[in-house]
Amino acid sequence: MSSAAVTTASASPTTNAGKSILARLGAAFVGRLVIIIPYVWLLFFFLIPFVIVFKISLSQTAIAIPPYTPALDFSGGVSGFLAQLKQLSLDNYAWLTQDALYFNAYVTSVIIAAVSTVLTLLVGYPIAYGMARAPATIRPTLLMLVILPFWTSFLIRVYAWIGILKPEGLLNQLLLATGVIHQPLIILNTYTAIFIGIVYSYLPFMVLPLYSALEKMDYSLIEAAKDLGCPPTSAFWKITFPLSLPGVIAGCLLVFIPAVGEFVIPDLLGGSQTLMIGKTLWNEFFANRDWPVSSAVAVILLLLLIVPIMLFQRAQARAQEMDR
Amino acid sequence: MNATWSRFNITSIVLGFAFLYLPIVLLIVFSFNESKLVTVWGGFSTKWYVSLFHNQGLMDATWVTARVGLISATVATVLGTLAALTLTRYTRFKGRVLFSGMVFAPLVMPEVITGLSLLLLFVAVGLDRGFLTVTLAHITLTMCFVAVVVQSRLMTFDRSLEEAAMDLGATPVKTFFQITLPVIMPAIVSGWMLAFTLSLDDLVIASFTSGPGATTLPMKIYSQVRLGVTPEINAACTILIAVVAIGVIIASLANKRREVQRQLDEQAAQRG
Repeated sequence: MSSAAVTTASASPTTNAGKSILARLGAAFVGRLVIIIPYVWLLFFFLIPFVIVFKISLSQTAIAIPPYTPALDFSGGVSGFLAQLKQLSLDNYAWLTQDALYFNAYVTSVIIAAVSTVLTLLVGYPIAYGMARAPATIRPTLLMLVILPFWTSFLIRVYAWIGILKPEGLLNQLLLATGVIHQPLIILNTYTAIFIGIVYSYLPFMVLPLYSALEKMDYSLIEAAKDLGCPPTSAFWKITFPLSLPGVIAGCLLVFIPAVGEFVIPDLLGGSQTLMIGKTLWNEFFANRDWPVSSAVAVILLLLLIVPIMLFQRAQARAQEMDR
Repeated sequence: MNATWSRFNITSIVLGFAFLYLPIVLLIVFSFNESKLVTVWGGFSTKWYVSLFHNQGLMDATWVTARVGLISATVATVLGTLAALTLTRYTRFKGRVLFSGMVFAPLVMPEVITGLSLLLLFVAVGLDRGFLTVTLAHITLTMCFVAVVVQSRLMTFDRSLEEAAMDLGATPVKTFFQITLPVIMPAIVSGWMLAFTLSLDDLVIASFTSGPGATTLPMKIYSQVRLGVTPEINAACTILIAVVAIGVIIASLANKRREVQRQLDEQAAQRG
């Protein structure tokens, strides 16, 4: 409730002066709480953890519980704090540059995410366009059908593809039976399987923003272009695509950012050979129990994604302004 | 509009939906497979469902997941609604940019980062990993999704209703509970359901923040999938899909009934 509304309520003539002050104070307090509770929660559970990740990425691995040397512990007073400051090191970051594995994992992840984003856009655009041009009566049903798979478990949807893509899986059975191929295709545990998995899992994230951009479009523009002799393809590139650009950007960011750090898909569909940074971080943490190095991996990954995340933020804010 | 819905449009929708649904349909079909080989059809059988209910580890994990989901979705709905109110109603206060950043960033943040950072927080404050830590982690993740869903409803909310109530002497708190809350209720309900499914679904964050005795269903499924694909997992997945599908159907039916009721009320009001 805005402060203007609060004053209207408390200044209403039916309340006497003393009650009005109390009511105003109470309302102002409640109003503050609306902001403070979620704010404090997010500060504590979202922002502070990142500071801790950064702190631990500067500490040393140790055989202890938890498995790292304490860094920046304030219990030792100023002198103890200064002594600890000297112990902080960039060793973990140096380690990341020495082993080509990490560099390769970052580059591979970004490339895989970028390629899958483009593929998802290519698959998603015709679907979103078809939905936006569908008769208005069936559009809510179509929208529901796109959202519905999103409600079923991500893990299950990825798992379902294992049975399809396996060498003796359903896809190979079908292709062998119809005589298209004579040798089973090896798809599972390759990058192809990762692309299929990402496109499949993230498709609703692409289709929904595209649809909402395309649905708002004024199709009389296309008819006008047609009347003036513009061929359909160039009408698409000159009118439809530019007008759907906000949806394209939102959809691509919604797919690209989480895909870079994806763990489940490369792990289940990509096999042990594939190198992606989400999997590397997971292995550092769970298999090697090297918390400082996995923290350093996370910090670099976050730095890599900070620009796309800020772009996403700005796109969200702009969409909000437009709705207002 | 109908004339422009070309054959191309229809084909792309049909193919797109086939792509989205076929894997799920196949998964369900093969959960009723007699054969142990997941991809070879050996006749109809429900034996995997029977063996599922005798799998104590899986049943325990289901119970943990249900409790984590119910608690975290409920708390996240309250926090997310407050966050949505903050975002739409308080357009200027100190740190608003930071606040909206903290609401939107978790939506796209890779799960490995969120999971690791929350775990390190819990270790730093000396909280033992287990049921509580998974629940706290899920609240943090899902409240942002609730906030976005509720916020989009609040955007289109007619503020004059609230002003009218307050002009008639209702306090802001009373106005919120009697006017605002009933209007945004459908969004809050779908926010809750989204939070619940996200919690039910999450593997990565739960793996980081959970401890002994608090293994969730996705963690259990994941560890079994790593050992090999079995029809029992298909059966577990099918039940999970059925539960969610029934929930979605009930919610949409309830929504429709409310809509019909509202129209009847409006007609009655017009007749006077």
